[in-house]
Amino acid sequence: MTVLFLWARQFWQGFNMCLAIPMKILKIEGDKANVSSGGIQRTIGIDFLKNPKIGDYVIVHAGFAIEKLDPVKAEETLKILEELQ
Amino acid sequence: MKYIDEFRNLDIAARISGLIKEEAKGLEPVNFMEVCGTHTMAVERFGIRRMLPENIRLISGPGCPVCVTPKNYIDKAIALTSLENVIVFSFGDMLKVPGTNSSLFKQKSKGKVRIVYSAFDAAVFAEKNQDKRIVFLGIGFETTVPTVAATVKYAKKKRLKNFFVYSGHKVMPPAMKLLAKDRKVNIKGFLCPAHVSAIIGMKSYARICEEYNIPCVIAGFEPLDILHSVLMLIRQVKSKKAKVENQYNRVVKFSGNIKALQLIDEVFSINDSDWRGIGVIKNSGLILKKGYGDFDVEKNINLPEVKTSLDKGCICGSVLKGIKTPLDCALFSKKCTPENPYGACMVSSEGACAAYYRYRK
Amino acid sequence: MKTITLSHGSGGKLMHDLIKDLFLKNLGNSFLNKMGDAAFIKSGAKKLAYTTDSFVVKPLFFPGGDIGKLSVCGTVNDLAVSGAMPRYLSCGMIVEDGFSYADLERITISIRDTCRSSGVNIVSGDFKVVEKGAVDGIFINTSGIGEVFDSSFIDAVRVRPGDKIIISGTIGDHAASILLAREDLKFKTRIKSDCSPLNEFVASIICRDIKFMRDPTRGGLATTLNEISATSGYNIAIEESGVPIKKSVRALCEILGFDPLYMANEGKLIAIVSKSAAANVLSKMKRHALGKDARIIGEVRKEKDKKVYLKTQSGGLRILDMITGEQLPRIC
Repeated sequence: MTVLFLWARQFWQGFNMCLAIPMKILKIEGDKANVSSGGIQRTIGIDFLKNPKIGDYVIVHAGFAIEKLDPVKAEETLKILEELQ
Repeated sequence: MKYIDEFRNLDIAARISGLIKEEAKGLEPVNFMEVCGTHTMAVERFGIRRMLPENIRLISGPGCPVCVTPKNYIDKAIALTSLENVIVFSFGDMLKVPGTNSSLFKQKSKGKVRIVYSAFDAAVFAEKNQDKRIVFLGIGFETTVPTVAATVKYAKKKRLKNFFVYSGHKVMPPAMKLLAKDRKVNIKGFLCPAHVSAIIGMKSYARICEEYNIPCVIAGFEPLDILHSVLMLIRQVKSKKAKVENQYNRVVKFSGNIKALQLIDEVFSINDSDWRGIGVIKNSGLILKKGYGDFDVEKNINLPEVKTSLDKGCICGSVLKGIKTPLDCALFSKKCTPENPYGACMVSSEGACAAYYRYRK
Repeated sequence: MKTITLSHGSGGKLMHDLIKDLFLKNLGNSFLNKMGDAAFIKSGAKKLAYTTDSFVVKPLFFPGGDIGKLSVCGTVNDLAVSGAMPRYLSCGMIVEDGFSYADLERITISIRDTCRSSGVNIVSGDFKVVEKGAVDGIFINTSGIGEVFDSSFIDAVRVRPGDKIIISGTIGDHAASILLAREDLKFKTRIKSDCSPLNEFVASIICRDIKFMRDPTRGGLATTLNEISATSGYNIAIEESGVPIKKSVRALCEILGFDPLYMANEGKLIAIVSKSAAANVLSKMKRHALGKDARIIGEVRKEKDKKVYLKTQSGGLRILDMITGEQLPRIC
């Protein structure tokens, strides 16, 4: 059955709703924020985010920020990855 | 793209792949299950399988919300489009899923179905179009549920009389438990979903880990995250000590997103839920609480009667669990093809049968 | 009962099978069987190229273009990538009862402007109106004739292992702009269709060393590479990190789960060039406005299983199948 998985496939037929990517907060207005990535901007809900600030990177899914990305932990992880043995 | 490209680094990926091959030397073949459809896609997209040794097998679990939505739900959603003044709003990937006689996509050209990126957009549309009844198809796991909960709260605040949610939401841990128990699947480790975990927290996997002695690693979706997590699982297997590790700690916290969990708890309650290809799993579904009954489609709109055909001969349940292969299925590539899918595994491009079909051709 | 489905029109595998099993079987001849973007016809000493295309794009107007501009560019480009300078086009329109006159005028002016900028003339036309619902707004068919350049030797049989594969610019722009224009996804972007006539661009680069060209429309880069692999018989290998893509298109794809390798382009071409001349052709491309993002993305291999391989950004290996289903219908 490993053979089954050796060949990749054209997945990604479009609209995968589980996806979420880190986007930067540019502006905050009440329970909404304007976020951006690669020049794309959108207004999203920050209803369940704790103390969001401009400049924060947040994980955006289905029009809402589901969590903040911790830049310190991100750097730590990268360091761990670089030093793995 | 920041916080994405760094976690796709070519050289680090090659090195981790080398480490995995070293550590896995001499190990009996092991099955690790990645539960989330997004992990399945990432594994394929980045060609990760070829970076793993033969004795480390990644099996896709039932973490694709579109795949596990019962056919009956689709039939009812399609039936809703035939009602006057009703417009069905849905996430894009639901549209192609076949029901008994049709699909939502086929209703789209009649203007009765609209694609949205966010449930909130459906509520805003309802606010601006009071003469229409808007039904939002609530599909998705714990990553998506708080977004729908927040939307329902908004609808309540705005006193919307024409916005409804048809909940097909499910939660992951009960399905993972079912699979962990299953000796035939023989999972030796879980790659836990990244963003579901951001909501439910690392603590949610403690019981599964302890009760079934299964290593759990919460894995990010980028290739380095996945490779790193596979390495962590192999090391746990070798140490013969199962624990929950959080590889994705730049996003996932121990207790998850408390505000999101409170929101879910306020708006939804747990019920038993039917998973296409698997059957009913206890306490694995979510329905709107009484206090939000005004937004529950089943309490406010007479859902038309539908006759859902059985997926006769479909062995998706076994394929989903990795017990059988698509070749074992009598329907595979004859009655069941990517163009005309019967069961969950062929419906989604993430499914095992869809993958195998393309390999064969 | 066998029926034709949307997937048959997606430019992918089902469509190719249909063309082979129904159309080539009944209509095939030495011209049609080549399945080129255009047919080559001799008229005395002159070599001509002849092609046709139909346009059903939805919505009719989108950032970067409209169905009118597309209907000229589509046919002009099929001739251009066949190594010919387009000269004369026909244009047939089928319009729905109740269609806005202002929209029809807007589309016609767009056709006019695109013809002017690409140096072609509409020399024959047809116009029909059908009852409401029989067509969605307007459908357009164009066919075109061009004169093959003396320095053009475009033929898939010339493709050899070691030949380099060049893409003339960023991928996915057109499909991304259509997607955003069609569904209200509420993203603010500057993404627009790359819809452009490629004939002047091709004129500036055409030479004997360009063995084959194709424009990656429906089904995108991946599907077109599969077609080239199938026709030439050789495997193709490309590197993901080399494929040019606009930041915004990439971000949109990451957010929504679309694969840019399968997304339609309407102002780009793929060229298969002999190894020794690749750098030269690339620099000629880059001198033109439509080729400033051109890149060498891979090469033709000596293995013959007719597969297209992608080395992913993180070093893994992926096989790029031909598209099977319909990612985005009515993309052009």
